[in-house]
Amino acid sequence: MSDQNTPRTMPRQSWTFSNEINSEIRRAAATGIYDIRGGGAKRRVPHFDDLLFLGASVSRYPLEGYREKCETSVTLGTRFAKKPIELKIPITIAGMSFGALSANAKEALGRGATLAGTSTTTGDGGMTDEERGHSEMLVYQYLPSRYGMNPDDLRRADAIEIVVGQGAKPGGGGMLLGQKITERVAGMRGLPVGIDQRSSCRHPDWTGPDDLEIKILELREITGWEKPIYVKVGGSRPYYDTALAVKAGADVVVLDGMQGGTAATQDVFIEHVGQPILACIRPAVQALQDLGMHREVQLVVSGGIRTGADVAKALALGADAVSIGTAALIAIGDNDPKWEAEYQELGSTTGAYDDWHEGRDPAGITTQDPELMARLDPVEAGRRLRNYLNVMTLECQTIARACGKNHVHNLEPEDLCALTMEAAAMAQIPLAGTDWYPGKKGF
Amino acid sequence: MQTLDMNDIDLRAVNATLQGATGNDTEFEVLNLRGSHAVAVGLDAPIDVTLHGSAGYYCAGMNKQAKITVKGSVGPGAAENMMSGEVIVNGDASQYAGATGHGGLLVIKGNASSRCGISMKGIDIVVGGNIGHMSAFMAQKGNLVVLGDAGDALGDSLYEARLFVRGSVKSLGADCVEKEMRPEHLDLLADLLSRAGMDAKPKEFRRYGSARELYHFKVDNAGAY
Repeated sequence: MSDQNTPRTMPRQSWTFSNEINSEIRRAAATGIYDIRGGGAKRRVPHFDDLLFLGASVSRYPLEGYREKCETSVTLGTRFAKKPIELKIPITIAGMSFGALSANAKEALGRGATLAGTSTTTGDGGMTDEERGHSEMLVYQYLPSRYGMNPDDLRRADAIEIVVGQGAKPGGGGMLLGQKITERVAGMRGLPVGIDQRSSCRHPDWTGPDDLEIKILELREITGWEKPIYVKVGGSRPYYDTALAVKAGADVVVLDGMQGGTAATQDVFIEHVGQPILACIRPAVQALQDLGMHREVQLVVSGGIRTGADVAKALALGADAVSIGTAALIAIGDNDPKWEAEYQELGSTTGAYDDWHEGRDPAGITTQDPELMARLDPVEAGRRLRNYLNVMTLECQTIARACGKNHVHNLEPEDLCALTMEAAAMAQIPLAGTDWYPGKKGF
Repeated sequence: MQTLDMNDIDLRAVNATLQGATGNDTEFEVLNLRGSHAVAVGLDAPIDVTLHGSAGYYCAGMNKQAKITVKGSVGPGAAENMMSGEVIVNGDASQYAGATGHGGLLVIKGNASSRCGISMKGIDIVVGGNIGHMSAFMAQKGNLVVLGDAGDALGDSLYEARLFVRGSVKSLGADCVEKEMRPEHLDLLADLLSRAGMDAKPKEFRRYGSARELYHFKVDNAGAY
């Protein structure tokens, strides 16, 4: 028996079948195709937020802010390259392709990086003159697709990054949809205008670390042993991938966690393959230490770096530098609230817009549409990126000084504690208030 | 002719000499390769280089302008990403010959192993013998001519490259179909055979190309992969 006066249980939403999950089920049922999007993992994963710095105390004294020096420079490629890269800050710009990004966006990244004294990186589409011209230090990606690859660009690069994988999709290739394949993009890639362009998931002319060693030899011979050779891997098996990259002769290992972005990949891939960057750094550092190569082969980590605190924590865990992609795009205007009305028209909202592959980005960044592209002023956007990089660097220095370090590279695991068991286990950092982390021997 | 003997000088010295060639010296020979990798890579001048013996991986990689003749066989990735010029292999070639090449002519007088011409982007490849499986996988532009037989999955996921095979084809890859041999193709083939120094009649060949059904990702095509 029930009537309007009988108390009712509140409608209860399922955690398992949340509104978000249900909407995806309905979308899949209606279209028959998986969801493709840009960006990195959106799920909550253990991250740098789960670590804290301890700061100075009786046993350690701090450095004076605004007075005592705290260096931030980093040199990449000291192992074999005749001309290592000298960066003023330990933050680089990650590889993003012309094609996925507009020419103005690529120019802005180059301008901002150069103003801040750091490097930027090409992507899966070759090197553009705008990018080379506006980037004092440019890393040229050597990708499985080899779109636009040529020896002249190899030689005019400052470093070469052999991409084995990326954090958003370890083991996956890519697909640039036809609407972004303009005449210029198609020409650089050697394919017809307007067709969907598949980027290979593995290199066409080598497999495994023994082949990679010979491939690195070839690239060094072509470029006269001048350029640092980076090897970029997605965060899947960081200990072994790092060890094998070192064995193959890499000068620098770039390690990208699952929060690292992509231009276009299946959502299921982004969210369910790979490891958070927090879980990847210590195994990679361990591999370098086991081989006696820590600091001789530099480690650059990426995937969800947002603040100077993230930078400081990555360095404290043993990285030599970090790389940013998504954060750099946000700095130059991606997902800016001023475009909210247009995001709504596209069925999205500020902060959530990730249909970068469709080429209709209101901010003019992930598009090849001339009218949309024109919305991004590369000079002004470059300044914004410079400002952002400067702020991150100042934040990192602030923390390093508080820990008594006169160089950000002097930050160390002993400066950290973990807020959660998961973070403690992944980063091998003691849980706050204890001297223990899961897996630590002797307990 | 300048002689570079790898019994006396190392790989770096050989490549540096060839890469720095300008003006007066236009003919080189390299002796005692002993299967070295990355020999004669990154050349960028109209010079004539003869390699006496067999080479390892990536022989003549990223060549521009130079004519490189290998009097032996080559390992994986010969003439990979070649931009222009000519590479002639008197023997056989291992996997990935001519991979991602943008231009120039690669002639393999013997057989080529699997994935010959993988992801080729404008290079012309002429093989006197047979080619292995998955050749011309994702080939974008250029021409692959095979006087012998082709292995499994020829031209899988092909874009605009043209494939000409005189012998049998074990199987075609996804979206690769036999196409009509029109007069312009016979002319093109005659020119390629002539430039490669191959004695064969264009009319003996069949032409294969992309059906262009997979150019746009459609869920209905999922079964093709």
